[in-house]
Amino acid sequence: MRLTRRVLLGVAASALALGAAMAHAQTPRRGGELVIVSGENPRHLNPAVQSGVATAVPGTQIFASPLRVDADWQFHPYLAQSWEWSDDGLALTLNLVENARFHDGVPVTSADVAFSIMTIKANHPFQTMFGPVEAVDTPDEHTAVIRLSQPHPALLLALTGALCPIIPAHVYGDGQAVREHPANNAPVGSGPFRLAEYRPGEQITLVRNDDFFLEGRPYLDGITIRIVRDAATATLSLESGEADVGMVTDASSISRLGAIDGLTVTPRGFEGIGPIQWLAFNTRVAPLDDVRVRQAIAYAIDRDFVLNALMRGVAASQPGPIIASSPFYNADMPQYSLDLDRANALLDEAGHPRGTDGTRFTLTMETVPGRDAALGNVPEYLRSQLREVGINVELRASPDFPTWAGHLASGDFQMSMDIVFNWGDPVIGVHRTYLSSNIREVIWSNTQGYRNDRVDELLALAGQETDMAQRTAYYAEFQDIVGEELPVYWVNALPYHHVFDNRIELPLSIWGLMQSMDEVYWTEDR
Amino acid sequence: MGSARYIVQRLIYGLILMIGVVVLNFFLIHAAPGDAAEVIAGEMGGITEEMMAQIRARYGLDQPIIVQLWTYLSQILTGDLGMSYHFNRPVTELILQRLGPTILLALSAQIFAMIIGTVLGVLASRKPNGPLSGFVAVFSTVGYAAPVFWTGLMLVILFAVVIPIFPVEGMVSARFRGTGWAYAMNVLWHLVLPAATLGILFLAQYARLSRASMIEVLGADYIRTARAKGLGEGRVTFHHALRNAVLPILTVAGIQFGNLISGALLVETVFNWPGMGRLAFDSVLRRDYPTLLGVLFFASAVVVIANLLTDLSYRYADPRIRTGGR
Repeated sequence: MRLTRRVLLGVAASALALGAAMAHAQTPRRGGELVIVSGENPRHLNPAVQSGVATAVPGTQIFASPLRVDADWQFHPYLAQSWEWSDDGLALTLNLVENARFHDGVPVTSADVAFSIMTIKANHPFQTMFGPVEAVDTPDEHTAVIRLSQPHPALLLALTGALCPIIPAHVYGDGQAVREHPANNAPVGSGPFRLAEYRPGEQITLVRNDDFFLEGRPYLDGITIRIVRDAATATLSLESGEADVGMVTDASSISRLGAIDGLTVTPRGFEGIGPIQWLAFNTRVAPLDDVRVRQAIAYAIDRDFVLNALMRGVAASQPGPIIASSPFYNADMPQYSLDLDRANALLDEAGHPRGTDGTRFTLTMETVPGRDAALGNVPEYLRSQLREVGINVELRASPDFPTWAGHLASGDFQMSMDIVFNWGDPVIGVHRTYLSSNIREVIWSNTQGYRNDRVDELLALAGQETDMAQRTAYYAEFQDIVGEELPVYWVNALPYHHVFDNRIELPLSIWGLMQSMDEVYWTEDR
Repeated sequence: MGSARYIVQRLIYGLILMIGVVVLNFFLIHAAPGDAAEVIAGEMGGITEEMMAQIRARYGLDQPIIVQLWTYLSQILTGDLGMSYHFNRPVTELILQRLGPTILLALSAQIFAMIIGTVLGVLASRKPNGPLSGFVAVFSTVGYAAPVFWTGLMLVILFAVVIPIFPVEGMVSARFRGTGWAYAMNVLWHLVLPAATLGILFLAQYARLSRASMIEVLGADYIRTARAKGLGEGRVTFHHALRNAVLPILTVAGIQFGNLISGALLVETVFNWPGMGRLAFDSVLRRDYPTLLGVLFFASAVVVIANLLTDLSYRYADPRIRTGGR
């Protein structure tokens, strides 16, 4: 049955969620500070015009969004106390809370919501989030109606967390370009915490917003985000207790911290980001333009060895383009397990006999720089493994990010190890790398040069399908096709983990730390 | 030559040198592939070509390189170092914020290395073949040879994790909100490990230098005379001998200051010390030209001034130089 008339009573949903939360946790305690260690420095603190975790973590504390999402991809009220779809799925009405104020005391109104959504649509790198939004109507101060040119099932997710911060029109509407607006370094939002001090590259200090629109929240007095660029130092600061919360992305640090009493180390909270490590093929150049060669490479790789030995058992298997923790993941998609005979046969069949030295051909492999710890030794492993089937691999290490990005964007590569994020809905983070209309000279577009008409068609259909079952079916077929044709070999989900002091009650949604932390509290004094 | 005229002349040379540093580095960093727009695209999780073109136009990256250089030079001659691509803030503001921490770190390390190094060298010189001399030789050579980030991490693991008496990172504790004396103490507490790490690197040179020059001086006639007068060994060593042995140490100290600043780069990264080194390091990776060039401009100014001060102190310590050797 198609859900043509969906009235989501957010209030009821949130009451249920709250009840469930209360059942297993103690009564929240007020007070205390949280020190979060972050490896990246944000360009600024306004997520409306800047994506990325570094901006999102402080940004979602300073700015509130219309909705929230939980760990099970369910939506809950936030600045919007309820919402409803029109029958034709072309309008979403948001009913805003009436007591929300920005940190400067000005009330949050539907005009701010309209301004924010249109600003994000015009400036945010994720153009597909609000691409179909034509206008946002404001029939009264507390009602905003988002009008769409086509059905857009990703819209609710795009209204959560860092994807849709409600920024004040009275600050940003002064005619200056929002991307370079001075207020980005001293933002005024309506979220649970206010910015107290921002020392670029060093520390972001947030203090409790006593005027927050949710009664009694937040529980913490403040959050300090400490920027520590060196991963080893960041790990040590978690180990020594100087920092209370952090994200750790390499397997060895995860195992080390996991052994320490008093620390929780969990992979939860990264379902939204969906970080995938993959080996991309330039499908426009020989011999990688032959699907048999790409499949042979897949059969030469022992995924279990990568997961258990190189990733020390802390990374999840990721056989396809949609992160395995997503509801759209297709567990039945084609999978490749180690089969050297089959790999050799495919390469023979593709017309690449072994030479006298046993080599069939040579390929170059790029690796994204600055992520060595996260990549583990996978590139070196692939090199030795592919030699087994007669493929000689030359590793081409770039000294820094722009060098690598230049190779990828210009198509000057054969294979590349990279890390790509799903960003919640496939429309945002998955479509871009498979659509033939998105073969562009920028990174994380379809730099593989992959073309398949049915894939284009399926992604277009799935992007507009409001029936969840039908949408899932479209994505299932898409995964079957790309799983067969392998424009990319998906190696593993990156072992991103949250690490935090056991005494902190930290509910982790699919966005992890990239959503309001008004519900976080210390269960005992630090 | 009069001191004032001498100083002015040295400052003019210094300014020419600083402009040279900036121009050379301008070409060096532009020779590296890619630009800031690609880094911004990376941080954004990918952006469209249109957005990339907008960014390039805004920062003038679409202009020919000579035009970019001309724009930049005419800008710095008016005292404006431009806006950082990454931080969206004036470069001067960013650097002034970090200049203090870097100088604090470099000077503390310098003083640490000079004092400890000289004392070790002097002690070693009294029995040039004794066990202490051997220890000083080995310790200082190992300290010099060990990569500074390794030394740093080892000190952190030992004194911040295994025996937690010092903090792991930063210049001020994340939770610290005090001011005045308490603030200074907090900074000092954070300074110990990074200053020691950087100091150990330079200790070797001071130890070996002071040992060698002390051995030379202690063999001189006037020392024999001093001893013949019946002066105690301590007074002979520290008053008569050291004063004369200190000249080469001062020279090296001045020359070392530039190295110290570049050594601070790695130490700042390991200890998350909020100084210019870390800013420069990140700026290279981010192709943030204005910030990098600004840091180099300031760093060369610091080196120019440090060398000038060395020369002046040299003139003070050795009257022969003051009077032109006559």
